[in-house]
Amino acid sequence: MTATQAPAQVRTGAPPRQAARGLTGQRLVALLGKFAFFLLALLIVVWSVGPFLWMAITSIKPDRDLAALPPILPTEITFSHYFALFEQRPFYKYIINSTVVSIATTLICLVIGSLAGYAFGRLHFPARLPLLLTVLVVSMFPQISIVAPLYRIFQSRGLLNTYEGLIIPYNAFALPLAIWILTSFFRSIPAELEDASRIDGSTRLGALFRVILPLSAPGLFTTAILVFIAAWNEFLFALTFTTSIDRQTIPVGIALLPAMYHVPWGNIAAASTLVTLPLVALVLILQRWIVRGIVAGALKG
Amino acid sequence: MQRQVGAQGFAFALLIPAFVLIVGVALWPAAQTMWMSLHKASMIMPGTEFIGLQNYQKQLGDPRFWNAWRNTAYFTVASVALETLIGLIIALVLSQEFPLRGWVRAAVLVPWAIPTVVSSRLWGLIFNTDFGLANYLLRSAGIIQTDRNWLGEVGVALNVTVLVDVWKTTPFMALLIMAGLSTIPGDLYEAARVDGANMLQRFFQITVPLLLPVLLVSVMLRLLDAFRVFDVIYVMTGGGPADSTEVMSTFTYKILFSATQFGFGSSLAGSMFITLLAVSIVFLYALRNRLEVE
Repeated sequence: MTATQAPAQVRTGAPPRQAARGLTGQRLVALLGKFAFFLLALLIVVWSVGPFLWMAITSIKPDRDLAALPPILPTEITFSHYFALFEQRPFYKYIINSTVVSIATTLICLVIGSLAGYAFGRLHFPARLPLLLTVLVVSMFPQISIVAPLYRIFQSRGLLNTYEGLIIPYNAFALPLAIWILTSFFRSIPAELEDASRIDGSTRLGALFRVILPLSAPGLFTTAILVFIAAWNEFLFALTFTTSIDRQTIPVGIALLPAMYHVPWGNIAAASTLVTLPLVALVLILQRWIVRGIVAGALKG
Repeated sequence: MQRQVGAQGFAFALLIPAFVLIVGVALWPAAQTMWMSLHKASMIMPGTEFIGLQNYQKQLGDPRFWNAWRNTAYFTVASVALETLIGLIIALVLSQEFPLRGWVRAAVLVPWAIPTVVSSRLWGLIFNTDFGLANYLLRSAGIIQTDRNWLGEVGVALNVTVLVDVWKTTPFMALLIMAGLSTIPGDLYEAARVDGANMLQRFFQITVPLLLPVLLVSVMLRLLDAFRVFDVIYVMTGGGPADSTEVMSTFTYKILFSATQFGFGSSLAGSMFITLLAVSIVFLYALRNRLEVE
């Protein structure tokens, strides 16, 4: 592999096949070295997935196994903690709320982010750099420094305890990342393609929808995953702006769970496993896209 | 040139929705926080009174402020240092070719996707005094004799929250470092090997210097992020025991929403905001060349 191919790998986020091979190379072919390497790889997997597996195991233990260790593995597999989530308290409401808020945030963010990304990525105008820097600075805002005024604004507008009261701030906080990723994707599309479409009579907006967006599908997809996960996981705003189970999201539900149950650990483990499984599945299936998005969002500047 | 005609107006039109949100939800409330920080205001006493910088003076004389500040600094530095080190190791391993590498890389991403609230609960389960896995494993290995109350001990609890943060954010670091590693041409290592450089020499003479720009950006992003820590502390310890894990975000939140001292709370938020803004500006200034090229 040559040096000219290496930068291309960064842009696409493709696996760095050849890089850093020189660190080990032939010398590590020695069996001992190889063994140590696989042990390290195994350790990394255990460290990454082990805690989640432990929670999943805990969630299917009967109550009598929860009070002490050993036993490590359940003496009997039970799903009673999962049933309890839905019988004692309508846990499904948290799931519905999180789903509504996360999907709405993702869709709105993609639309607004695409418009802004097109402006930053493909148009030249004097205020471009200052505005782009503003977006970047906003991405570094601490949420805590705006939560009190936002609370009062939402209170006076009747937005507390509503879906809008979460979707609006989630969008504002997801936009910088979305704009950042989409700008870099839009930039990478050759100007000739857009020009050709405009010569054929398209307006700029038409070219955006007919040429740029379809070609940027991978970028849009990547952005969508990252925005969705960020909205699904957000805690501080949800904790502050919602007060009833009719609008609270999953993280708030899980954080407040101990106050609601007599013997919480089994149920906490069940709730945590339940809401994390979709994310883990998402990561295992879509890791290539996620890696690309994280790298583009952080390093493309 | 034709593409630039009318570009300004069109660009502004496209940017309106994004900037309405960014100004309305981030910049305007931030300005309100700064304005409020110059006032005496609380839920108990209605009405506000302009008192200049007195709230900021009050901070300097408040031991709780210094305690939160110290804990935040410790949390930030410790977790970013550890996740950089572990992230580097993971990135170096994942840059090699080996069977099942795709699966290992997917596994590494798992902690990143788990909501912080869930990972806090998950590690809370592991560090539970009575039936936690940590006590069981350490007892079995003979490292400790009696069960320890990890989250109840001053000086220990903060380290546990650091561990949780490291677990959750190391994947981000590892990915960025991997991306950085992939830009280093393999030829360089071959050449160095031919010249007789050993593994350590190759690492410190080639990998480290060429990786440095990416490493700096990643470390900065994580520093800014770790400084804002809220979720882990709120869920795992609530700032305790004895305020030993109280950080700026949780302290500010309590002053704002439990004590309802809006003026003083705003000044705490203002202090955090000014710190982050100053660091961001220094950061952006250092990166200005890259931005201008773009």
